[in-house]
Amino acid sequence: NLQESESENKLDGETASDSESKSEFGGSAPVPTSDDTPEVLNRALSNLSSRWKNWWVRGILTLAMITFFFIIIYLGPMVLMTIVMCVQIKCFHEIITIGYNVYHSYDLPWFRTLSWYFLLCVNYFFYGETVTDYFFTLVQREEPLRILSKYHRFISFALYLTGFCMFVLSLVKKHYRLQFYMFGWTHVTLLIVVTQSHLIIHNLFEGMIWFIVPISCVICNDIMAYMFGFFFGRTPLIKLSPKKTWEGFIGGFFATVLFGLLLSYVMSGYRCFTCPVEFNNDTNSFTVDCEPSELFQLQEYNIPLVLQSVVGWKTVRMYPFQIHSIALSTFASLIGPFGGFFASGFKRAFKIKDFANTIPGHGGIMDRFDCQYLMATFVNVYIASFIRGPNPSKLIQQFLTLRPDQQLHIFNTLKAHLADKGLLAGLEDA
Amino acid sequence: QEVYLEERLGELDLRSDSDVPYVPPPTDSTPEILKRALSGLSARWKNWWIRGILTLAMISGFFLIIYLGSFMLMLLVLSIQVKCYHEIITIGYRVYHSYDLPWFRSLSWYFLLCVNYFFYGETVADYFATFVQRREQLQFLIRYHRFISFALYLIGFCMFVLSLVKKHYRLQFYMFAWTHVTLLITVTQSHLVIQNLFEGMIWFLVPISSVICNDITAYIFGFFFGRTPLIKLSPKKTWEGFIGGFFSTVVFGFIFSYFLAQHQYFVCPEEYNSETNRFVTECEPSELFQMKKYSLPPLLQAVLGWEAVNMYPFQMHSIALSTFASLIGPFGGFFASGFKRAFKIKDFADTIPGHGGIMDRFDCQYLMATFVHVYITSFIRGPNPSKLLKQLLVLQPEQQLNVYRTLKSHLLEKGILRPSLRG
Repeated sequence: NLQESESENKLDGETASDSESKSEFGGSAPVPTSDDTPEVLNRALSNLSSRWKNWWVRGILTLAMITFFFIIIYLGPMVLMTIVMCVQIKCFHEIITIGYNVYHSYDLPWFRTLSWYFLLCVNYFFYGETVTDYFFTLVQREEPLRILSKYHRFISFALYLTGFCMFVLSLVKKHYRLQFYMFGWTHVTLLIVVTQSHLIIHNLFEGMIWFIVPISCVICNDIMAYMFGFFFGRTPLIKLSPKKTWEGFIGGFFATVLFGLLLSYVMSGYRCFTCPVEFNNDTNSFTVDCEPSELFQLQEYNIPLVLQSVVGWKTVRMYPFQIHSIALSTFASLIGPFGGFFASGFKRAFKIKDFANTIPGHGGIMDRFDCQYLMATFVNVYIASFIRGPNPSKLIQQFLTLRPDQQLHIFNTLKAHLADKGLLAGLEDA
Repeated sequence: QEVYLEERLGELDLRSDSDVPYVPPPTDSTPEILKRALSGLSARWKNWWIRGILTLAMISGFFLIIYLGSFMLMLLVLSIQVKCYHEIITIGYRVYHSYDLPWFRSLSWYFLLCVNYFFYGETVADYFATFVQRREQLQFLIRYHRFISFALYLIGFCMFVLSLVKKHYRLQFYMFAWTHVTLLITVTQSHLVIQNLFEGMIWFLVPISSVICNDITAYIFGFFFGRTPLIKLSPKKTWEGFIGGFFSTVVFGFIFSYFLAQHQYFVCPEEYNSETNRFVTECEPSELFQMKKYSLPPLLQAVLGWEAVNMYPFQMHSIALSTFASLIGPFGGFFASGFKRAFKIKDFADTIPGHGGIMDRFDCQYLMATFVHVYITSFIRGPNPSKLLKQLLVLQPEQQLNVYRTLKSHLLEKGILRPSLRG
């Protein structure tokens, strides 16, 4: 997305012809973006021309964000979870504010309160489910938590219903349409923002590597595609984003796959990244310690004959996870950009340059995260389909809550299945 | 002309409701037969008769489908869902004059297909686990179901991005959002209705009948006793109708559950019997559907003169369901009324003569299906055994053995499993 803001500047002619921008906003200018650059930077760079100044500001902020990323990784899962939560709230706020600006609906009765209320409800629902799953023993111990978790769905639904009824009661005669628009806008935003952040947290709990590698691949693809486009770019990729080129796209793809392989190799060696985050009941804290699964144990792979002649080795020692990282990087390079195109189209549709002006030189938080949209869902679906099976201890817990006749039925079916496979042969009946 | 489209759209957003042009009503599709038969009566009575006849027709159709069984009911729910979706999307097209947007009609139907595939795949895998075990091709589809559904959705998403055309961005995004919100409302609700159906037909019949009963009795009470208006959105609704409807619906639900709870056909979950290769609704009725003696609180004892009463526990639950149908269900109706006023339409469509579209009939049912589902998962049933079984069979062999040993020792401890003889 480094290219986006630049391209918007150059294409003023094109966007203006889309339709008279004045009529879109009833005469007022589009969302004003004040200059947020800190004074310090302004003074330090006052000598350079405005174009170079822009570059420097972006560069410095990029480094600042990457450093920040490393710091919070170091601080651990709990901090990461909090950061994801804050990013989610800020993204929600940015998109809702755009809605208000588009519809001039800032003064709709109750609507600001209702949007935040719905955000709270949906978050309560999702985080409640996560907490129940991962902190099972802690929850069972504390009586109030146990009741909250047993009737969790009912409570969440009741809370949502309250919001729904409040919305219906708040419908005011001359503003029906606006109110329904904002209702729809809020729900679509919740669908995008909250579900994605929730899936990111799920991935995080599988192991920090499942959080870091996908996000880094998307960032890497962004940067690499820009660089390849800058040096070799010639053929335009898509009309939506005129600055993107096929050379950048393909170069970025190969660079990201390579980067993913290397990053996974480095990270797979450390337990703190590969082990699932677990809550230790005795110490009441998070621990990231375990016996690394097969994915993270070096294995010997035979190189196909084609590559053997090229590389000169017969076999190579790799982590199985690195093979998965190829899938993740491929998705980040090929499909991830569609998230970026979607956001570009959205900005053009609503005639905004950036989602907000939170990060100087880069725009809002959403501008940074638009390519990440689909990545989190993909990683989650990938893990659920190809990596982990169901959790045996969780299954046993569910089993114990069934009725005796159901338990017997399941037991007998399992027994028949195991006998079929010949696994019961050596077992002695207790 | 394209420039005017965007400009008009922008103005459309900002004008207050009164300036928005009235969307032309759909054509009158009353069948010719009815028209001729009723040509003698005045317009008002004619309308009443049409509504009455169609009401009876719908109720009879309902009974017929119930008789035909769960599978037909499932198909019915699916068709209603598709029709509701079509109605709402068509309204979107009319409001935005976007009928000619490139690809959009295909994309909407494609997304409907994807989301349905996802939900029905999950349902089928859960409830027909034994049916599915046998067939190899289905096994593959189920194991990677989420991945396949996600890939299908992604294709639709990428097609949408590629279809963005320069002068129509805003329209296309509006229709994209409209499609997704509609999917959220119609497909999730219909899916939950089917899940309730699989718990036992009674969980499908009692809620729907309670909502219909509340509709009718609130109208009747309002007609005879109505005085104080209830809410500005629907000026014809009154407090007398609301309260009268509430009490009648609770009584109706109570009595109706009493009759349904006696028959296995309604009470048992439908299951697939591997030996006979059929779907059967036979089982040992759960505790909910076995008569119990309840002692009446002293207050009611004095009034009624009985000391105890024989009831099904399910009837207590039916009170909760009826209460929800009467108190919160109408909010779904108000929501739909507000929606129709916002977009200046009289009815969602004209599918049913005298009643409007399918959505007009089902607007109060929106929240009911979700409520029943949440109610069942919170208060009635525990986890689903066949889903558990499916997950067990997917584990690694060593994990399966471990689980097997744990379960065995647990069952022996509780005396559910008797120690077998060697040999």
